[in-house]
Amino acid sequence: MAVPILRQGSYLIASVQSELTDADWVQLGDGLAEQVGRHRSRGVIVDVTALEVMDSFAARALSTIASMTRLRGAETVIVGIQPEVAFAMVQLGLAPTLVHIVTALDLDDGFALLDRRTREDAEGGRGG
Amino acid sequence: MAVAAETRVPIASEADIVAARQQVRALAAQVGFSPTDLVLIATAISEVARNIVQYARRGEITLSPIEQSNRRGILIIARDEGPGIPDLELAMQDGYSTGGGLGLGLPGARRLMDEFAITSEVGKGTTVTMKKWARPHG
Repeated sequence: MAVPILRQGSYLIASVQSELTDADWVQLGDGLAEQVGRHRSRGVIVDVTALEVMDSFAARALSTIASMTRLRGAETVIVGIQPEVAFAMVQLGLAPTLVHIVTALDLDDGFALLDRRTREDAEGGRGG
Repeated sequence: MAVAAETRVPIASEADIVAARQQVRALAAQVGFSPTDLVLIATAISEVARNIVQYARRGEITLSPIEQSNRRGILIIARDEGPGIPDLELAMQDGYSTGGGLGLGLPGARRLMDEFAITSEVGKGTTVTMKKWARPHG
């Protein structure tokens, strides 16, 4: 099932509503990379609250999405990883894969984090 | 409470990986696993199902409720008639992959389950047998 990508200001929000196939993950990454350019987005939030499983393919897809959008000039935050899912991901051995991924507890915290980061970027730009 | 008999899940596409996760969750919930264990089991089956699709193209996973001296659990057997694995010891190491993945599938699934066994013969196929036992929870 395709993941809807919504635009809110300078951010994109991908809200995963159901279990995704491998192809769905790849499609989500391609869609985000394209829309970041089209809308000149500064931040991306991927909400995985609805996901009951995040296996090695999903983790690699998230890592790829974060790297791709960063190369396109946007920061990605993953929000809503459920506690059981987080536990399973660590047991599976995914912690090293995900170490460079930015996460937040939920959508609100994700927005707050992006606001902070994009503001710092802007201030850093003026100062330098 | 009646528990379903053996369930067979054919694996031949990416969509079947998702189906296997959902079916094992449903069965494991009937057996009485905790929410955390349901996720661990579904994650483990996702990894072995993906290995089937990626390396053997097709295969089958059977799910069975099991009982042993007052404890209940689930038995998962994933079989394929794919190319087989030449070096099982290597395949069970974290980070080893011939398919461009993270190389966490088999060793990760072993960590998620209570019992794990793998047999493979080059040119004949691979069988992964996994068990998990339910812990009493309130």
